[in-house]
Amino acid sequence: MFDGYTMSELGSIFAMQGFAGLILFSVFVLMALGLAIIFGQMGVINMAHGEFMILGAYVTYLCSNLFSTYLPGLFDIYFFIAMVLSFIAAGALGMLVEWSLIRHLYKRPLDTLLATWGLSLILQQLYRSIFGAREVGVSLPDWLMGSYPLTETIEVPINGIFVMVLTVLITTAVYFLIFRSGWGRQVRAVTQNRIMSGAVGINTERVDRLTFGIGCGIAGIAGSAFTMIGSTGPTAGQLYIVDTFLVVVFGGAQSLFGTIASAFAISQSQSAMEFFLSGSMAKVLTLLTVVGILMLRPQGLFSLKIRR
Amino acid sequence: MSINPSENLARPGRSPRWRRTMASVLLAAASTVAVAGPPTAEVNTTGLAVTDDTVTIGILHSVTGTMAISETGSVQAEKLAIKQINDMGGILGRKIEYIQEDGASDWPTFAEKAKKLLVNDKVASVMGCWTSASRKAVLPVFEQYNGMLYYPTFYEGLEQSPNVIYTGQEATQQIIAGIDWVVKEKGAKTFFLLGSDYIWPRTSNKIARKHIEKLGLKVVGEEYYPLGHTQFNSVINKIRLKKPDVIYAIVVGGSNVAFYKQLKAAGIDLTKEKPLLLTISVTEDEIRGIGGENIEGAYAAMKYFQSLGNDNNQAFVKAFKEMWGDDIVIGDVTQAAYLGPWLWKAAVEKAGSFDIDKVRAASPGIELTTAPEGYVRVHENHHLWSKTRIGRAKADGQYEVVYETADLMEPDPFPAGYQ
Repeated sequence: MFDGYTMSELGSIFAMQGFAGLILFSVFVLMALGLAIIFGQMGVINMAHGEFMILGAYVTYLCSNLFSTYLPGLFDIYFFIAMVLSFIAAGALGMLVEWSLIRHLYKRPLDTLLATWGLSLILQQLYRSIFGAREVGVSLPDWLMGSYPLTETIEVPINGIFVMVLTVLITTAVYFLIFRSGWGRQVRAVTQNRIMSGAVGINTERVDRLTFGIGCGIAGIAGSAFTMIGSTGPTAGQLYIVDTFLVVVFGGAQSLFGTIASAFAISQSQSAMEFFLSGSMAKVLTLLTVVGILMLRPQGLFSLKIRR
Repeated sequence: MSINPSENLARPGRSPRWRRTMASVLLAAASTVAVAGPPTAEVNTTGLAVTDDTVTIGILHSVTGTMAISETGSVQAEKLAIKQINDMGGILGRKIEYIQEDGASDWPTFAEKAKKLLVNDKVASVMGCWTSASRKAVLPVFEQYNGMLYYPTFYEGLEQSPNVIYTGQEATQQIIAGIDWVVKEKGAKTFFLLGSDYIWPRTSNKIARKHIEKLGLKVVGEEYYPLGHTQFNSVINKIRLKKPDVIYAIVVGGSNVAFYKQLKAAGIDLTKEKPLLLTISVTEDEIRGIGGENIEGAYAAMKYFQSLGNDNNQAFVKAFKEMWGDDIVIGDVTQAAYLGPWLWKAAVEKAGSFDIDKVRAASPGIELTTAPEGYVRVHENHHLWSKTRIGRAKADGQYEVVYETADLMEPDPFPAGYQ
C-alpha cells in the first residue's frame, strides 16, 4: 500500500489528499444543505433536488453567454451575479412547485417522493427540449481556473478554495437564518408542532413555502458553483443525487450539524481510500460502512430528540 | 390507412371528378413503378417492408434519457445519409422511408423496440444503438428474427455477429496505433491508465496494457471510477506523484467534464505534455461539454475528426451543417453512423436484393470511396478496415490532425495474445 513512496512523498500525499477531502467535503455540504433543510424541516423527500441544482447550472450558462457577448468587461465577476440569479430562479421555481404540488401532499410522505421524482423527469425533459440533449460548456473567468503552487508537489486548485469559502458562507447564513432569526424560530416551531404553531398565529403555509424555496435556492447556488468542477447537461443532476441522499440520511435527517459531520466523515474516508485503493473500491467500501452504521443507528449519526 | 380503392369506387354518392382524380393517382403510381427498379417480388422474397417505390428501415437510438447526449448526433447523421440517398434516386429505384424508435437510454426498451421494428414493421435494416449494453440487449433479437443492424460506435471488440455491421472501430484499431505513435514520436516510457468502470474502458485498457508491456514499457498505474463520478482530485494527486509520461484516459459521459476541468484546475497543463494525455473517448461532441480551453493540448486516437481536409469530408461537413445548423460539431461516432445507410445501400445494390441473407453475403468486400473519413472497406468479420488518426485538441473545440496511419488498420475483434 505504501510501497514505492518516499517519506517526503507520503507527507505530500497526506497533505494533498487531506485537501482533496476538504474540497469534497465542501461539495457534499453544498449539495446536501438544501435537501437537509427541506427534508429535516418539512419531512419532504425532494427527489428533484438534482434538477434544481442543474437549473442553477443552466442559469450560470446563460449568464456566461450573456456577459461574454454583451458585457465582456464584466466577465471576470459574472459568476457572482450568476449565483444570485441561480438562487432566485431555483428558489422561485421551488416556491411554485410547493404551491402547486407539494402542499397538497404534506400528509403523504411517500407520495411526495413519487411526485418529486416525476417532477425531476419533467424538468430533465424540459432542459433537454430547451437547451438540447448535449452537455453545454460553461466558460469561466480565468482567475477561477488556475492553481496555486504551495510546494513542488502540492498545488491547490483555486476553484476548490472558492467552493470551500462559498460553503462556509452559505452554511453560516443558513445557521443564522434558522437559529437566530424570527423566521427560523417559526420554522422550528412548525417542525415541532404544526397545529400548535398555527394556533399561536404562525402562518404555517407561508413558512412551508419559504422553507422549500430557500432549500431549492441553495440547490441552485450549488449547481451554479459546480459548473466549475462538473458537467452541465439535462441529466447531470442525477450524478449528485445519490451522494446527496447518502450524506443527509447518514447525518440524521433533522440535524444540520449531522449533515455537516456526515459530509466530513464520508468525504475524508472516501478521498483517503481512493488514493490507496481504486476509485470503485473506495466507493464500495464507503457505502458498506454507511450501510453498516445505519443498521446500528437507523436514525443516522445525529437526531433531534423530540416528543412524538 | 389501408383503404381499399375499389371499395371506395363502388361506394355510391362519389362524384365523377373524384373518380377521375383517383384514377389518375393510380395511373401515376403505376407509371412510377414502370420506370423504377426491379419488381418487388424479385428484390424482396422474405416479406420485408419493401413496396414498388419505397423501402422502410428503422432508426433506433436514445433521444431521451442520459444517452441522448451522445446518440443525437448519430440520428442526425443517419437522417442526412438517407436524405442524400433519396435525392440520388434511392436504392434499386426505391426511396428510403424510416421509422424512428426511441431506446430511451434503457436497454430492455432497446430490445423491445428492436423486436417491434423487425416483427411488426418488417424493416429492411436498422441503424442503431450506441452503448455496448444496448447492442448486447438487441443482439439476440436481431439474431432470432434475422435483422440487420448497422452499429456506429467504437467499442471493445470481442464480438462478431452475422446480423451486425460494425461501422466504428473495434478496440485494437484505436489503441495500438495510438500507443505506437506516442512511443515512437514522443518517446513515452511510462503510462497511467484511467477509465470509467465498465466493459469498454476495462477491455480497452487490458489491450493497452498488453501492448505497452509487449513493447517493454511500463504501466505505473491503472484506475477505474464509477460512471458519473465527479471527483477526480485523488487520482490527479496520484498521477502527480507517479509522474507518468502518458495519461491514457478512457473516461466517458459527464465524468469527462469533471475530469478535464479538475485536471486543469490542479495545474496540469496538457499543452506542456508533462504528462501527455492520450484519450480514445473524447470526440468533438464531448469537447462541447468539457470546454475547449480545459482540454487544449490533449491527444485523441480515433478514425475521424471533423477537421479532416479531404474533399469528401468538406462536402459532408457542409451538408451536415446545412441540415442541422451551423453551430453543430461532428464527432467520430457521428461520422460512423453516417456510413451505415451508405454501406447498406452498397450491399443491397451488390446483392440486387433487400433480402437480409443476400445483403449479408454481399457485405464483405464492400468499399466506400466517398466516406468522409476517406476509403473504408468491410472486412469478412463485419468490421471496417479504416485508418487511425491522432488529433490534438485545440481551444476552439476542434482537433488538429497530427498523424494518420499509412495503411488501413485491419479490424481484429478477437485479438490473439491480448486477452
